[in-house]
Amino acid sequence: MKTFDWKRAAGAGVAALAAIAGLWLVAAIYSAGQTMLALGALALLAAGLHVYASRAAIAWRYLFPGVVGMLLFVAFPLVYTMWIGFTNYSSTHLLSQARVKAYLLEQTVPDEEHSLEFTLHPEGDGLRLVLAPYDAASGTQRFVSAPLKLKGDKAATAAMSALPADLALTPALSTRDALAHRAALMALKLELPDHHVLGYAGVHEFGPSAAVWHENADGSLLRLDDRKTYWPDTSEGFYKAADGDRLQPGFKVAVGFANYARMLADQEFRGPFVSIFAWTVVFAALSVAFSLAVGCTLAVLLNWEGLRFRTLYRTLLFLPYAVPGFISILVFKGLFNQNFGEINAILDAVFGIKPAWFADPMLARAMMLVVNTWLGYPYFLVLCTGLLKAIPVDLYEASAIAGARPLTNFFRITAPLIVKPLSPLIISAFAFNFNNFVLVSLLTNGRPDFLNTKIPAGTTDILVSYTYRIAFLDSGQNFGLAAAISTVIFFLVAMLSFANLRVAARNARK
Amino acid sequence: MPIVTGKNQRWRVLGAHAFLIVLLIVTLFPLAAVISISLRPGNFANGSLIPREISLEHWKLALGFAVTTPDGIVIQPPFPVLRWLWNSIKVATIASALIVAFSTTAAYAFARLKFAFKMPILNSMLLLQMFPPVLALVAIYAIFETIGNYVPALGLETHGGLIVAYLGGVATHVWTIRGYFETIPVEIEECAKVDGASHFQAFFRVLLPMAVPILMVVFVLAFVGTIIEYPVASILLREESNLTLAVGSKYYLADQKYLWGDFAAAAVLSGLPITVVFLAAQRWIVSGLTAGGVKE
Repeated sequence: MKTFDWKRAAGAGVAALAAIAGLWLVAAIYSAGQTMLALGALALLAAGLHVYASRAAIAWRYLFPGVVGMLLFVAFPLVYTMWIGFTNYSSTHLLSQARVKAYLLEQTVPDEEHSLEFTLHPEGDGLRLVLAPYDAASGTQRFVSAPLKLKGDKAATAAMSALPADLALTPALSTRDALAHRAALMALKLELPDHHVLGYAGVHEFGPSAAVWHENADGSLLRLDDRKTYWPDTSEGFYKAADGDRLQPGFKVAVGFANYARMLADQEFRGPFVSIFAWTVVFAALSVAFSLAVGCTLAVLLNWEGLRFRTLYRTLLFLPYAVPGFISILVFKGLFNQNFGEINAILDAVFGIKPAWFADPMLARAMMLVVNTWLGYPYFLVLCTGLLKAIPVDLYEASAIAGARPLTNFFRITAPLIVKPLSPLIISAFAFNFNNFVLVSLLTNGRPDFLNTKIPAGTTDILVSYTYRIAFLDSGQNFGLAAAISTVIFFLVAMLSFANLRVAARNARK
Repeated sequence: MPIVTGKNQRWRVLGAHAFLIVLLIVTLFPLAAVISISLRPGNFANGSLIPREISLEHWKLALGFAVTTPDGIVIQPPFPVLRWLWNSIKVATIASALIVAFSTTAAYAFARLKFAFKMPILNSMLLLQMFPPVLALVAIYAIFETIGNYVPALGLETHGGLIVAYLGGVATHVWTIRGYFETIPVEIEECAKVDGASHFQAFFRVLLPMAVPILMVVFVLAFVGTIIEYPVASILLREESNLTLAVGSKYYLADQKYLWGDFAAAAVLSGLPITVVFLAAQRWIVSGLTAGGVKE
């Protein structure tokens, strides 16, 4: 069939184009010195081409995008986080050793001995730049450029030629007028006839620039002005001299368990870390307990047929769940504000008190629990309502014949029957609140802070928000330490998930 | 339900109503307050919860119009709320469409095709989903910084990067769609194949049209999920004009610049559409909530 062939040709064309684009990207990554990354990209490209070009892997044509998405943006970040946890990656150790070395070797200082004095001479609508030695001892050769238009600060190079004896120069600009062109002059490079390149070196001079560092054969760096040698120290991630002097910036190196050792051994760090850990557990447990209590009570109450307007109640009580979390949390932040908030306005009017919700640690924690219960109970309301519907009505009929009261009904019939299907959901709710970053970040941002801690830590911080703070906010962006704490959280979450699956499996068996 | 009614039944009903009404007041207070605050002049509490005079200044600012106060001072809108809303909707729409596409095709493979390690792959995808991205923020930041070096359109500070970052979360959707596919008899597709349809045609022309309802559900779920996402967006986007609503809204309540009234108007303006979508999708969201725990 003709159309079929045409389609195949088009497919082959698309595949070829994709392959070329992919290979170009891999080459770009490889030439930037990221060998591992380039290999990974190449493997991905090869897998993709294999899946879509060969006829063997039909199922994978459907699976590929979803699975690659999961691998790249869920699985890989987990593994990569664990790896970062074993490095000193931070704002002082941001680059790889190769990049730090390249950065240092690119540093230059102006070479004053070989500098030439410059003057600017207007000609037409341009300026001629003339270079002359400072004194006769360093030669008499003068150079001149073509009339230049000194505008903006774009990098440019001007060729200099020997000053002809018959060239009539206009009077030179005064220093003040010359200074007006400073930005353009700083971006200007001058190339002498012998191909030496001079750069702007001061208000009056252009000069060659000299490298600050020289790389020795053994990989150490020699500072040329004081002949001091710095060796790379791959355990600390610095270039270090024999006397212990360190060069900034440091580079990224593996530090083994140093970050973990800090969590356990560093006195000043361990204090806040342990209290944040404890609060995380308490917060997650109490959040689930309160939400469950409120949600289940409401579900039981709304399941009672003697009550009217039940659908209306249920719809309105579900509302907190429907409002986007980032908005309701911020609304609470405003309502609880000590001076301008409506909650304190009411408390002040009724009881004459104005609690400092954001400054007192215990009040801040209480506020977090109140807000989280508000956010969380509709979830349990919905779950419990569903589970209550599954309880056979004749159980309650039998208990009514026996003369049981509502509380007895709840604790003897309802609770035992819903607790089992609820338990895996309770565990996942606990895991969710254990990592409830959005609440902490938007409500209190971890504040009020502990006093006297080396790394800022908040009394309402939970582990994830603390990690976020270490990595992205204050205290020197210590990615390595943050990643190590994240790894600890991974294992806790993994344990919770495992418990969850076990409980769910046990429920399914029975 | 038992028909045996005790003597104190009436009191119990009254008590229950009283309890529910008090609870409703507490629950709805924040939502009612924020609407009232958005209509109240000024950015500070001035005593009354029901505004004495209605002022639309906060709404004008939220909608991007400058406001002139009685003493002649022109107040410019503090933040580009509509721009943030547009960013949010753009990112959420594109990301959800891609999520639906990826999870539908993957679900088809899991429901209909035979390949090695089928169940292990599906189970490990579900297991991976239990680790929220907020735990790997450092790595995600580093990954997108690196990607940006080679493909600038997908780096930090780009919506492309944010969309790509959201594409990892397909496992639960794959599970949902697979379950739906399995309720559709496979014979229909087999008939189509007998009539000469290719694999892809059987999937695209026969199975997909029958699965439109579940695709809509997954789209709405993914849309709501991405539009309220905060942690990843907060590290990938920093520039004011780039932010999504979830990231931008908090700047209204900064300590140095506390704009309570302006925030209230922006919150109602941007929260209302999302709330309506959520309420409309409530049924499916709720069934999705329970799916994880009591599967099969």
